Amino acid sequence: MSDLLRMTDLNVEYPVGGGRHVHAVSDVTLAVRKGETLGLVGESGSGKSSLARALLQLPPPKAGSVLFDGNELTQMRGEALRAVRPRLQMIFQDPIASLNPRRRVAEIVAEPLVVSGVRDPAERTRRVRAVMEAVGLDPDVVWTRRPHEFSGGQCQRIAIARALVLEPKLIVCDEPVSALDVSIRAQILNLLEDMKARFGLTLLFIAHDLAVVKSVSDRVAVMYLGRLCEVADSASLFATPAHPYTAALMAAIPVPDPDIPLGDTKLRPGDPPSPLDPPSGCRFRTRCPHAEARCAAEVPPLREIAAGREVACHFPLIG
Amino acid sequence: MSGAVSGGPLLSVRDARVGFGTVRGLLRAVDGVSFDLQAGRTLGIVGESGSGKSVLVRSLIGLVGTGSGAIVGGEVRLDGQDLRGLSAASFRHLLGRDIGIVFQDPMTSLNPVMKIGRQIGEGLRLNRGLDSAAAARRAVELLVEVGIPEPERRASQYPHELSGGMRQRVAIAIAIACEPKLLIADEPTTALDVTVQRQILDLLQREQRERGMAMILITHDLGVAAGRADDIMVMYAGRAVEMATTREIFRGPRMPYTEALLRSLPRLTDPTHTRLSAIPGRPPDLARRGTGCSFAPRCTYRSGRCEAEEPVLSREGGRGFACFNPLGTSGGAGA
Repeated sequence: MSDLLRMTDLNVEYPVGGGRHVHAVSDVTLAVRKGETLGLVGESGSGKSSLARALLQLPPPKAGSVLFDGNELTQMRGEALRAVRPRLQMIFQDPIASLNPRRRVAEIVAEPLVVSGVRDPAERTRRVRAVMEAVGLDPDVVWTRRPHEFSGGQCQRIAIARALVLEPKLIVCDEPVSALDVSIRAQILNLLEDMKARFGLTLLFIAHDLAVVKSVSDRVAVMYLGRLCEVADSASLFATPAHPYTAALMAAIPVPDPDIPLGDTKLRPGDPPSPLDPPSGCRFRTRCPHAEARCAAEVPPLREIAAGREVACHFPLIG
Repeated sequence: MSGAVSGGPLLSVRDARVGFGTVRGLLRAVDGVSFDLQAGRTLGIVGESGSGKSVLVRSLIGLVGTGSGAIVGGEVRLDGQDLRGLSAASFRHLLGRDIGIVFQDPMTSLNPVMKIGRQIGEGLRLNRGLDSAAAARRAVELLVEVGIPEPERRASQYPHELSGGMRQRVAIAIAIACEPKLLIADEPTTALDVTVQRQILDLLQREQRERGMAMILITHDLGVAAGRADDIMVMYAGRAVEMATTREIFRGPRMPYTEALLRSLPRLTDPTHTRLSAIPGRPPDLARRGTGCSFAPRCTYRSGRCEAEEPVLSREGGRGFACFNPLGTSGGAGA
């Protein structure tokens, strides 16, 4: 499978005043293959959302390359970037906040068509109706309504319709079901799977909920404090995590089964460090049960330990 | 203060109701909920947003009252004492002393302009009559107990100087400072990351066991409830629709909504791209409730009776469920 998106040595920094910077994403190299769903997992401050925004050039990353569908996005500006954007769409966490409350649903879903220069109103209407039907919205019912008249789940359907209307190749989904209730979450996850199959999409699926990520992702990348810890296919990653942080995350998941004993995260006591002042060497070392002197001295590079398995750890749990 | 009346429940709730007047009519946020909680046990209350789980518990302890325009009804007894007739001043004495509360967001539940040590000691000074020095010493001990390193230094800091996980530890220290009989934790880890969530839940459980407190754990996360609660009450549209031990809920739910919720969860044991059993539709509008079971429009097992008549929470062998076609019987789909 060829790569649809390839990020190389991506770095994102934000100024936080006093001349200091937070290194939100550090030296991330990661590819998304055509037709797959790549899950990106991490806790708050791991840089997963910063990574998503940087690859969309919102804003462009401080350093590194983003190669998408043959285009080097970091070198493109203005009109050239706008010409690529229809192929690259995004869905956000809070479906209600991501829709303009004063617009009608038909206008919201049609807006990407307007922006990308589809001039013919009849053509726009045809495409908006088709995409609404695809996501399970009845165009005749929702057409003139506004976002506040809908529940969170329905708003997320509207956001998905808006992302699909330009027939993109890649959709970046940033915590698309985190704000939704359990019973609605399953509807939206199923919808994303259906849309992926129907439109031949590639998805970058960002979430903190490992069970959700596993249910949709072909491969999974784990981030911690701005760096990648591990990249592997879903089945291997969940069966035999190679990075101690992945193992801790999996042991910490509250499993909805009272007969499964609580797992042991083996984490050293203490809170995650601040992204403003990350530890030297391996950023996970302050909480890692296996940390040694080398972990403080050397940043572990992301390296292949088995076919299709990459890990950034001096002492991986397998291999 | 005496312990629970021997044999009786610590907390007894009968027909609790909370309604809010809206322009569209009376919104029944909580509609006739009854339950008992024994000392030393943890009751998990699970439900989706709008199910009434938080409003129910807040109404029991006087945090939803006539001041907020709510109409509150039913009977609530803590250790035999009737709480419904209490004045606001009496509730103030009860909260902190007999009832500790941990809310979802410690950034908003802590006072941002008061030092942490003083916040922890406040209840001790008011309810236990400790002087400032003794309260300050006890506050440091409590910080040690909830696992905060460098407790003396932390006691003189403000909430914004702490991480989210540490703030929630401080909130727990405040809640347990006066040795309450009942600890209420309302989505205590929803704002936290999964590894921190784990530490906070471990801490809550340890404190609850060591002190023999009763705990009400309100959560939308069935995984959290599975690991921490002895008993579970499932709420839907303002009503308790199923009540049983945690194991019974997860091993053999009787109410179709409980089963549907469990089935809609993605499981780590399932392979990738396993299709989820979504529950069609969405919860009802509480201001326009029709006749019949609130879940009927989304229920696969509904019959004519479900739309005409309201099922009440029936008791069968210690567990309760509100359903005419419960699972595990010939009327339902079988266990």
